Amino acid sequence: MDDQTSVILSRYPRGHRDCLIPILQDIQQEYGYLSESSVTEISRYLGLPSSKIFGLATFYNQFRFEPRGRFHIRICHGTSCHVSSASEIIKELGKKLRIAPGEISRDGMFSLELVACMGACHLAPLMQVNDNYHTKLDSGSINDIIDSYIEGED
Amino acid sequence: MSLKTHIPVEKEYLVNNVLLNESADLPADVDKLLKLVCREKVKYPVIFIGTGSCGLISGAGETLFEINKYLSDRNLKADVVETGCAGYCSMEPVVGVQLPGKTRVSFKNITSEKLAFILDGMFNSIIPEEHVLGQYKSPSLELWKDVPIISELSFFSMQYRNLMKNWGRISPFSIEEYIATGGYRSYLKTISNYTHEEVCDIVEKSGLQGRGGGGFLTGKKWKVAHTVMADQRYLVCNADESDPGGFANRAMIESDPHRLLEGVIIAAYAIGTSKAYIYIRNDYRNAIERLEKAVDSARDYGLLGHDVYGSGFNIDVIIRKGPGAFVCGEETAMISSIEGKRGMPRPKPPYPAVSGLFGKPTVVNNVETLSNIPAIFENGPDWFMSLGNETSPGTKMLVLSGRLNNQGIIEVPLGTRVKDIIFGAGGGIPGKKRFRAVQVGGPSGGFLTGDNIDIPYDFDSLASEGVYMGSGGMVVLDQDCCIIDTVKYFMDFIQKESCGKCIPCREGTRRMLEVYENITKRPLDENGHTTLERFKGVMQLESLASVIKDTSLCGLGQKAPNSVISSLKYFRSEYEEHIFDRKCSAGVCKELRLFYIDVEKCTGCTACAPKCPESAIIGTKHHPFFIVEEKCTGCGICYDVCKFSAVLVK
Repeated sequence: MDDQTSVILSRYPRGHRDCLIPILQDIQQEYGYLSESSVTEISRYLGLPSSKIFGLATFYNQFRFEPRGRFHIRICHGTSCHVSSASEIIKELGKKLRIAPGEISRDGMFSLELVACMGACHLAPLMQVNDNYHTKLDSGSINDIIDSYIEGED
Repeated sequence: MSLKTHIPVEKEYLVNNVLLNESADLPADVDKLLKLVCREKVKYPVIFIGTGSCGLISGAGETLFEINKYLSDRNLKADVVETGCAGYCSMEPVVGVQLPGKTRVSFKNITSEKLAFILDGMFNSIIPEEHVLGQYKSPSLELWKDVPIISELSFFSMQYRNLMKNWGRISPFSIEEYIATGGYRSYLKTISNYTHEEVCDIVEKSGLQGRGGGGFLTGKKWKVAHTVMADQRYLVCNADESDPGGFANRAMIESDPHRLLEGVIIAAYAIGTSKAYIYIRNDYRNAIERLEKAVDSARDYGLLGHDVYGSGFNIDVIIRKGPGAFVCGEETAMISSIEGKRGMPRPKPPYPAVSGLFGKPTVVNNVETLSNIPAIFENGPDWFMSLGNETSPGTKMLVLSGRLNNQGIIEVPLGTRVKDIIFGAGGGIPGKKRFRAVQVGGPSGGFLTGDNIDIPYDFDSLASEGVYMGSGGMVVLDQDCCIIDTVKYFMDFIQKESCGKCIPCREGTRRMLEVYENITKRPLDENGHTTLERFKGVMQLESLASVIKDTSLCGLGQKAPNSVISSLKYFRSEYEEHIFDRKCSAGVCKELRLFYIDVEKCTGCTACAPKCPESAIIGTKHHPFFIVEEKCTGCGICYDVCKFSAVLVK
């Protein structure tokens, strides 16, 4: 058993189902995603079938089963962003990175996530790459932004 | 050098002289000290910076770094205070400067490079006018000349700020500042003077309705939960706001978390529980951090815990992070989620107030509802009744966004006309564009148009127009926005977020989305299957909407077709245009767009032709170009790159 997983589990009482979501959140916080082995560990600890845990985890938007890219892109698709043509930008971004929302690029560099609303409608459309925000995007600027990350990495 | 946020008062002093002092007026010396704590008077210059989410995204983090650098480089003594958002999001990052004896002046859009200029000016008592937002009026302080008063600006003048009283003024990280503005006194007064029933009665008398959108009387709900016999009850605060275009609750927690916490504790006392949950969306990192800090400091002050100040009242507040599902905003779904299950709603009755979390009586209240509670006990239920109109007392926080000059969060008395909100506080539509509609209440809401935006904003008036208040979001659409495309967006959102329990909601919303996809697509020919589908779908849209409405279990499903119904009612011509003319006059539905080049305007610069992915633009340099209609897919790249506005939508 992984040390860190057992440390996280030991913070919660054994067999309490209501701790399931906080445990999954802690594990994801630690590793960036939920691996099959960690789900098995949790199922043993809480006495719940792992199918139930997968059932729960796939229900919620937060949980992911693949690691995040080195640059995790969160792009806002709220109403205000939508009327500022965010869907165009999402399409453009998908084309550029060759991934769909929820996926990670093959080289592990970028992962993409759609967010319902980031709460900065006056700067719509906007996205977050790791801790940096890029606002008032258009289909031109999006290409430059991604290129700058790729160049920065080289 | 910069001072750490400096609190000139000890914990014991505040507890003994302020919190436990039940008289209405505090002694003069205590009052004087409190004024220093909440910075009504200052001894050193104070620099305020709004670091709510909207501020941080606008670049407040860099500005804050620059402020500290500025002060340490010049060896200046000043206090730097991080506040929440003042509500005026489009002016972020907002920096305020208060010099001793003078009123506080706020500056707008102060990104890091503008900061030195502002501070250089202020420290020499010169106001950099072009960046001024306004000054806060205060009776004991000298006003700056020729600086507008903040409360008189059009964005603020029609507002009544009760919930948002402290926004942008005090630090959300400091319990001392909240206490200095009168906080937690009504809580301690309540638990020592009133019984549980009396607390419920007062809230019922105030007429406070649930702000989550349902509009049920809060006091009544509490009473039910209180009267059910049980060994344990629960209070759940719904902070899982996840409407696209609604973020007032998040800003509430980021700006004044103690107000919510005080409301939560009073509500817990009213229903006689010792355990309260705050279910907050996991994405709200800033808000969670501030709320956790608030809970810790309240515990430190003995306001949470066992036998609070000898009253015999025990209370513990637990923060649960919602893993992100729109349906969890529904109370029974939220309860399932806290229990560690999929967030799926269940049939009511039994109502959660009778049998909820772990089978015990549970009250689920929205952040805004609970944040109203402290002021009701501070000023009395009659004061609350006097706000708002006859049917809906109190105020409501609204999020203004979309095509508006002033975007942000406002608080107005219920019953304020929608038109006045949009053209008063919202400042109208930029660029002399024509108003088309306002989308109220997020995906479960509906549209108001030019004909009916004159109605008062309250529960009943909105319901009579088939619109649902929801989270208080207001997205204004102008002539460049397509209603059909907006409804398609909401359908896409709802069908993704439907939990899948009720078939009408799960399948019905997907079918509706298909209908919208069909009518926003250019048909290949006029005879095939797609044409039939397109007409059939639209004809059945109305009956499908009513089936979904009638047969879904929870609010998400029942309100899912609202935007469809209200758009069919007010924008029939737009549907017809999309279906019969295959045209989107706003030019949003991409596949219906056709472009042409204005030969008068085209200079033949060749900016567009190489960019066209379909090679549909032909011509020779320095002569007007042409678009081959058959090849054009309507992607709009030529439209975007043209510097001479020569590319137009047909």
